[in-house]
Amino acid sequence: MKTIAFVTIILAGVAALAQQAAPVNNVDNGKRLYTRDGCWECHGWAGQGGRDGARLADTALTTAQLTRYVRKPTGAMPAYIDKVITDQELADIWAYLKSMPAPKAAKDIPLLNELKGQ
Amino acid sequence: MAKTKKNSVSRRGFLKRTAAGAAAVLAVKPGNALAQPQAEPQRPAAPPASARQVALETSTPPPRPDIYTTDRPGADFMVDVLKSLNFDYIFANPGSSFRGLQESFINYGKNTKPEWITCCHEESSVAMAHGYFKIEGKPILCMAHGTVGLQHASMALYNAYADRVPVYLILGNEQEIAFRRSDVEWTHSVQDAAAMVRDYTKWDDSPISLGHFAESGVRAYKVMMTPPMGPVVICANGGLQEEPMPEEDRHTLRIPKLVVPSPPAGDANAVVEAAKILVAAENPVIVAGRVARTPNGIKLLVELAETIQAGVLDRKFRMNFPSRHPLFNTAAAPADHARTVAAADVVLGLEVPDFWNTTHSQTPINRMGMTSRPTTKAGAKLITITAGDLFSRSNYQDFGRYAEVDLAIAADAEATLPALIEACKRLMTPDRKRVAEERGKKLADEHKRTRDRDFDLAAIGWDASPITTARLSAELYNVIRKEDWSFVSDTTFISWWPLRLWDFDKHYQFIGGHGAYGIGYGAPAAVGAALANKKYGRITVNIQCDGDLNYAPGVLWTAAHHKIPLLSVMHNNRGYHQERMFLQDMASRAGRGIENTHVGVALDDPNINYAMLAKAYGMYSSGPIENPKDLGPALKEALAVVKKGEPALVDVVTQAR
Repeated sequence: MKTIAFVTIILAGVAALAQQAAPVNNVDNGKRLYTRDGCWECHGWAGQGGRDGARLADTALTTAQLTRYVRKPTGAMPAYIDKVITDQELADIWAYLKSMPAPKAAKDIPLLNELKGQ
Repeated sequence: MAKTKKNSVSRRGFLKRTAAGAAAVLAVKPGNALAQPQAEPQRPAAPPASARQVALETSTPPPRPDIYTTDRPGADFMVDVLKSLNFDYIFANPGSSFRGLQESFINYGKNTKPEWITCCHEESSVAMAHGYFKIEGKPILCMAHGTVGLQHASMALYNAYADRVPVYLILGNEQEIAFRRSDVEWTHSVQDAAAMVRDYTKWDDSPISLGHFAESGVRAYKVMMTPPMGPVVICANGGLQEEPMPEEDRHTLRIPKLVVPSPPAGDANAVVEAAKILVAAENPVIVAGRVARTPNGIKLLVELAETIQAGVLDRKFRMNFPSRHPLFNTAAAPADHARTVAAADVVLGLEVPDFWNTTHSQTPINRMGMTSRPTTKAGAKLITITAGDLFSRSNYQDFGRYAEVDLAIAADAEATLPALIEACKRLMTPDRKRVAEERGKKLADEHKRTRDRDFDLAAIGWDASPITTARLSAELYNVIRKEDWSFVSDTTFISWWPLRLWDFDKHYQFIGGHGAYGIGYGAPAAVGAALANKKYGRITVNIQCDGDLNYAPGVLWTAAHHKIPLLSVMHNNRGYHQERMFLQDMASRAGRGIENTHVGVALDDPNINYAMLAKAYGMYSSGPIENPKDLGPALKEALAVVKKGEPALVDVVTQAR
């Protein structure tokens, strides 16, 4: 029994280590990075985009596509190298973006409806 | 004291003191008979010291014949000259070097036409004049010290110059060294006052006599108002202002007749050539810069666009084209502009100050090096009509890069449009009309798609805090849209939301921006524009950037003191965000982290409470508002104050853009 228990503990420990080595995307860390790295400056706190940045809310980009774009943007966005933002950190930012509640549609906002229809 | 019907009574009613040997001070109105002026003593070119002079210099001087008053200071005549130019207001921060003129304006001139408006900074004075002109189409008279005042005013002058806006600036200066009574007056005197701003004014002069002042004063107005318009500077010498009007002048001085030239229209042959190119085009695009100088400019641009069914890409320097017209082919982003230009086979630029930028792309800031390429398709024809080709300066580079075009018409665009429209109408065959109508339908569809997309984007982050600039714009429009409103601020820093969501169709509903992007323009320009709107009962609204207001917030007091109705809504994003983004660019180019890019650009810790600031200046205010649900009610309350004829400010904590 002692042997079995010991093996179980070892296996559990290995599993825990394995989890640390390949962590899942961390939404909270993504939110922290979205603030720290100033994504909100151009893309807005709600990912709404604006004059200087594309809409990120409800993004259709995959993690890989987001990472590729950030490394070599086709527009005027600053290019962020791995030393500044790691792939993992970008994955966390992506996870945070995907965790944002889906934006309301304009047709569901009475004021916008009214202004558009006037 | 009232004047007698004939002569000999001072307008201020003071008794005159005269003494033997002194110049006689005759209390008469100009035009009445005057005594002969005293003959000037003849002097040799290099006289030896006579016994009399030696005696004068070595003996106790005799009692000085003090003359304390005059019924006719030179400044009164200067006021006559300036009144003849029909200014509505004077915008000025007081300064001793033009005290004579100020006194004459408020007493002799009765402080009407022009009326004195108290400003707290010379930059505010000129920027207010800038905003006023863009609403009213009439220039403002500003005054400043020739030294320290002009130094304050200079950035605002540069903005006006780059924005083709006339401002008539009088500089006080004491040219005669003997009249400088203290170190203050020496430090406030300058040999060539206008030199500092000569690179970005259209004309200046430093008159040495009242007759000279009259002629140069009228000439300055004429130069300023001839397109391309721009600021002018006239120096008012202290002695000319404060000393009595010379006796000999009282007979002879006159104010020259002012005739403002008609704006230069384009050469008839060149206009016909332009029309041929436009009518033959498959997909022409009209790029509108500062084309609509007047409300008629909008009508003309609509007529041209409808005649040839061309999309209008409005660069937002002026209210050029109704924002909901189906041919308004202006998406918000510059990238969309580039696509519009790329699809065109003819691009017509009307008063576009940076036409090269409209037709080219450059390496963006996120990459090293610099290359550029045309964004137009091969073989596309480029036409420009601009008064900018008639006037340039060398030093300041607001003229932009040299544009290689196929046809350049050096003329005022608005003045040229009637001939261009007629020429196009004459050339429109049934076949070309059919092609144009098909194109027009496609453009209308595109216009609708752009509008739908803008409203969809406005919905994102609708309930977010800080409040999105889209929601701020929508809530503001909701409270004013049934009023006769005038939006008087730039939209560059709020992602152009008002231009995307609101219905603009009147000339006074939008006035463009700074001209030269000199920050500090926004608040004073809004106050000046609101003053122009006041007599029409319009509701003037201003989305006010926080960084801009901090340059010279005293203009809030000017608005409160003079009861200028203006609804200011703070875009309080707590930072100089444009610069913050540039720091991010630079840090990223250097491969460094961007955690420090708030340094030197954030306006927080402590946060600035603009509602309290406005209250301190005596203005109604509310906020700071962080919950978007509170915004609509706060705006309604503020609007009620504005409708009573007073300014109000609503502080709103907003997202960056």
